[in-house]
Amino acid sequence: MKNSISEKVPFWLDPKKRGIVFQIGTFCMVGLLAYYLISNVLINLEKQAVATGFDFLQKESSFEIGETLITYSAASSYGKALIVGALNTLKVAFVGIIITVLLGTTVGIARLSTNWLVSKIAAIFIEVMQDIPILLQLFFWYAIFYESLPSPRQALNPFAGLFLCNRGILFAVPESHPAHKYIFIAFVIGCVAAYLLYRWARARQEKTGQIFPTFSVGTGIIIGLPLITWLISGAPTEMDIPVLTGFNFEGGMSFSPEFIALLIGLVLYTSAFVAEVVRAGIQSVSKGQTEAAMAVGLRPGQVLKLVILPQALRVIIPPLTSQMLNLTKNSSLAVAIGFPDFVSVANTTINQTGQSIEGVALIMALYLIFSLSTSVFMNWYNKKVALVER
Amino acid sequence: MENTIQDTQTSEIKPPIIDVGVIGWMKANLFDGVFNSILTIITLILLYKTVPPLISWAFIDSTWLSTGPECKEATGACWSVITTNYRLILFGLYPYELQWRPLIAVIILIGLLFYSKDRKHWSKYLGYAWIIGLFVMGILMRGGVLWLKSVETSEWGGLPLTLLLSIFGLTVAYPLGVILALGRQSKMTFIKYLCVVYIELIRGVPLISLLFMSSFIFPLFLPEGVTLNNLLRAQVAIILFTAAYVAEVVRGGLQGMSRGQYEAAESMGLNYYLTMRLIILPQALRIVIPPTVSVLISAFKDTSLVVIISLWDLMKTTQTVINDPQWMGFSREAYIFIALLYFLGCFSMSNFSRKLEKELDTGY
Repeated sequence: MKNSISEKVPFWLDPKKRGIVFQIGTFCMVGLLAYYLISNVLINLEKQAVATGFDFLQKESSFEIGETLITYSAASSYGKALIVGALNTLKVAFVGIIITVLLGTTVGIARLSTNWLVSKIAAIFIEVMQDIPILLQLFFWYAIFYESLPSPRQALNPFAGLFLCNRGILFAVPESHPAHKYIFIAFVIGCVAAYLLYRWARARQEKTGQIFPTFSVGTGIIIGLPLITWLISGAPTEMDIPVLTGFNFEGGMSFSPEFIALLIGLVLYTSAFVAEVVRAGIQSVSKGQTEAAMAVGLRPGQVLKLVILPQALRVIIPPLTSQMLNLTKNSSLAVAIGFPDFVSVANTTINQTGQSIEGVALIMALYLIFSLSTSVFMNWYNKKVALVER
Repeated sequence: MENTIQDTQTSEIKPPIIDVGVIGWMKANLFDGVFNSILTIITLILLYKTVPPLISWAFIDSTWLSTGPECKEATGACWSVITTNYRLILFGLYPYELQWRPLIAVIILIGLLFYSKDRKHWSKYLGYAWIIGLFVMGILMRGGVLWLKSVETSEWGGLPLTLLLSIFGLTVAYPLGVILALGRQSKMTFIKYLCVVYIELIRGVPLISLLFMSSFIFPLFLPEGVTLNNLLRAQVAIILFTAAYVAEVVRGGLQGMSRGQYEAAESMGLNYYLTMRLIILPQALRIVIPPTVSVLISAFKDTSLVVIISLWDLMKTTQTVINDPQWMGFSREAYIFIALLYFLGCFSMSNFSRKLEKELDTGY
């Protein structure tokens, strides 16, 4: 009989050693491939006489950008142009996410409605929006704007202060007044006060069991403080209304057709997915939970706030965050309809400087930052929810 | 005596008319309480305001077979933009007299897809049929053999291009994704992190950045004198992108396998390769068929992005038609037409996935 322990195992039969050899082999192959590609790139770049490195960021961009959140002109640097683009991406993502969550939740709840008509309409909306490519939807809404809406001279005016035309949407805003600053400060103070009130009310409830009407009082503070400030400062009501001068409007605030088309497309497309997420989340809470909560004597509002939502949100939040990330990533399609988002500005930069590697790397880096910070948030959230669990 | 009374009672009492039939259904589903009744009425008013004008725009006032100027006078939709240009939209720049070839290719593909819908037909032979089918499609499109005239890939366009990009994309991305998923589960640290970094990197960036990479940077990767055509480069980008998503789906299936399966395979003396091929993957891949179909749906929708790097897919051919001065101003009709094509494709796939989910749900 052989003694298998004392016998020497050849290294190709020892999983540990074999694994090490296998990994070294893969490492060498990946390394060789990378070396091969990089050396090809270097040779090609030298032949094309393209500069490398990120020095171009300081050079003058010499192209205009239609919409900017910060001051920018053709004399500014490429770096600044890219910042403008990144801010535009953030703008559309921020506004889009807020509207998407509201619309998606509404549609998701409508899908679960006992009303047959409402539920069916929501189902059709979800199916149609999910099954048409987002890019096609963007083109469609953009076409609606520049083809179907009239020129500024015949602009549609559904109600005072709002104009719709092929130059975009224009609306009246309050004329700038020194009081606005104080109203804003009052609003911030109101928010902080409402938060402190919430903390205090919760602590008291845990100690004594008494419930404080946090929601109504909090809302009152947040709305009331700015309102009082407005009244004290003389209640300024002048509005800056857009006026037609020559071929275009002046004054007021406006959104470009590109921005609106991008926003509508992204919101409708993503909200269909959000609606499905919300529906699944609500359905994941079993009916017994509602019945038990009612049996304990909670009012319908409390049932929703204390029993249903905490459980449904645990299911909803992770896929919802990934939908928000999807919206942000899909906003890169702005380049197709000419909205100056980050990708579109980077694309112009690549075409002008020829530094494609740096340009594409910047695009990837920006979106990676978004998704990595999202996953950091998700990990934090999952840990927090896990602690709440039994 | 008592019996007879009961008999007559049960036979004569009917449920109140208000609780059965159409009225009962309406009461339960549309006018259940004040809030629901108001909701129903508001919805009905909105539908009345929107649907009839839409129908008269799309069908009653619309023109179907006319020229561009005639369309401009009509008040309804101008479907003539489709009926006149449908061959350009569907087949792009493919030589006009040879367009029967992509047509047959598309018919073969759709036939195969329909045949594969039934799980009873899933066998080794179906796999062979797919390989042969894809091969024949390639020959039909490319030509250059037998008596078929050769057609350059730069002339491919429209629906066949969209379908080829998504089907080939998924057939190549699928095995790659499975390998990546297995790599991510591996105990070998280097391999594991290589796969993790790849998957997270690709999933973190939008597809368009990969397409830009394919059109700007891929040419730089190649040695002197070697060129890859536009279409192939975009296809590579789509494959690299889809593989990462397939990998995540497959990982879900692998994680769903119970520990006992691995242990049982080990105790049978199977090595890693046999364990995976005979025990784990057949089960894991079956669990994840529904999410795989949704990856296929997104891949199909995402091929529309190649229009940005100016490939002649369905979107680009449509834009060519509506940029024609004669048909200027009828983008809506053209976009609605291709939206319908995409919708039909995606809807039948998602229906299929729902049906499968139900089938796979029962049993075990």
